[in-house]
Amino acid sequence: MMLIHCPHCGPRAQEEFTYERTRDSVVQLDQAPDVAMAALYSRTNPRGEENEIWRHTLGCRGWLELRRDRMSHAIVAVRPLGVQVLP
Amino acid sequence: MPLTHGVVTGTASHFPAKSRYSALALLRGALGGHRHWGRAWRAAEPKPSYDVVIIGGGAHGLATAYYLASQHGIRRVAVVEKGWIGGGNTGRNTTIVRSNYRQAPLQRLLEHSLRLWEGLSDELNYNVMFSPRGALFLGHSDADMTRLAERGDSLRAMGIDAELMSVDAVRRLVPLLDFSRAARWPIAGGLIQHRGGTARHDAVAWGYARAADNLGVDIIENCEVIGFTREGDAVTGIETTRGRIAAGKVAICVAGNSGHVAGLAGVRLPIESHTLQAYVTEPVKPMIDTVIMSQSLHCYISQSDKGGIVAGGDPDGFPSYAQRGQPVRLEHAIAQAIALVPALSRLRMVRCWSGVTDMSFDGSPIIGDLPLRNLHLNGGWCYGGFKATPGSGHLYAYHLATGQPHPIAAPFDLARFAQGRTIDEAGVGPMPQHR
Repeated sequence: MMLIHCPHCGPRAQEEFTYERTRDSVVQLDQAPDVAMAALYSRTNPRGEENEIWRHTLGCRGWLELRRDRMSHAIVAVRPLGVQVLP
Repeated sequence: MPLTHGVVTGTASHFPAKSRYSALALLRGALGGHRHWGRAWRAAEPKPSYDVVIIGGGAHGLATAYYLASQHGIRRVAVVEKGWIGGGNTGRNTTIVRSNYRQAPLQRLLEHSLRLWEGLSDELNYNVMFSPRGALFLGHSDADMTRLAERGDSLRAMGIDAELMSVDAVRRLVPLLDFSRAARWPIAGGLIQHRGGTARHDAVAWGYARAADNLGVDIIENCEVIGFTREGDAVTGIETTRGRIAAGKVAICVAGNSGHVAGLAGVRLPIESHTLQAYVTEPVKPMIDTVIMSQSLHCYISQSDKGGIVAGGDPDGFPSYAQRGQPVRLEHAIAQAIALVPALSRLRMVRCWSGVTDMSFDGSPIIGDLPLRNLHLNGGWCYGGFKATPGSGHLYAYHLATGQPHPIAAPFDLARFAQGRTIDEAGVGPMPQHR
């Protein structure tokens, strides 16, 4: 289990949160089709750290960006996300 | 395109009489205290070069090697495995075999595989304990039954067996289900594929390993790929923890780790690695003699030949290579199983485990070429790869040997994502956590 430090609510159990997608897979509405396709349909999927968008679904419902290790589940950083990064 | 009938291929004559497994050999062994049994496959040392190097010693990779050698006469083949044979997802699944999918390309793919399963023990001269005990989908509402009837019709139109069952018929088959009006998930009926069932997953890996080895394939364990050698846009071999190996073709077959291995070649895939858990109870006398699944729940229950109740549920829902799961998800899976079969609450769980699944972005596998020449991929099997093992190996071997996709595998190429012809059984798009 992971303990995720929500920037708004403090440390909360992982089951309150849901994973959305990687940070680099957010598609901007004015992107060229091939760029948008690559963002939607390809991932680095590293055995290591990746920037991920999560949501505190069963809490404040805020969007977060986690830098998280996919081998150890260690959370390196959490920061709040605003509308500026979402399509 | 019709299903290809008669896909069952070679014969068991690959094995010289001396090394064939048989009742007679067992009897002869008994007289000598069973001291004559040798290794089932050699501990091969890597050679400098091969025609084909298969990365991944799971059942899919071993099956690919076996069919390359037995069907296409390509025997300068190595299977390199970072751990031990069958130590990854091959030994972590819930062993269910069926072909009752919803969409035609998946029906063709899994039916091709099921027909190979039906002759597999004979073909490999190895008892893979394939047990067609039926694969039952439960319906819990009128809506469920409508969808099951629709699926059954589409399966029968494809020549695949499917029988819609009334509540009474389900009750006769699995009397331990909760049929009461107060049931958490009332039973409205079911759809069964009688030819579906289970197989012994370890035996599948061992059987293919032994048969491939017997045909000259080198199986190299404890050999992790750490990079690729290239000339321009062509892959010429692999770098491993046991040295460099040159290869005419390199075939990735590492579902769970496809993203990582393709990443070593600089290729990004429509795949994310997620965790899936399963568990087994203490062994008990036969109580469930079919495979129970559900149209509305993500829950699958069967009883192993040893007596343990094997079951699983939803994936954990976020990317991970950790091979360990979240207790919350396991509890959810167990709660579903107990709600369906209340008697399970009296059993003790003896083990739970998890595997890393290659969650592709339409839920279907990817079999075919990658953007680099001589580099090929068989992966993205999500959490449904075990049932496909023989077909997957058979079709991948065809692709590697001929340079062309087999017609059954052709729809599953990587280009389908860019071309908008995804094969999305669940209809959820590029969101593996919702599958």
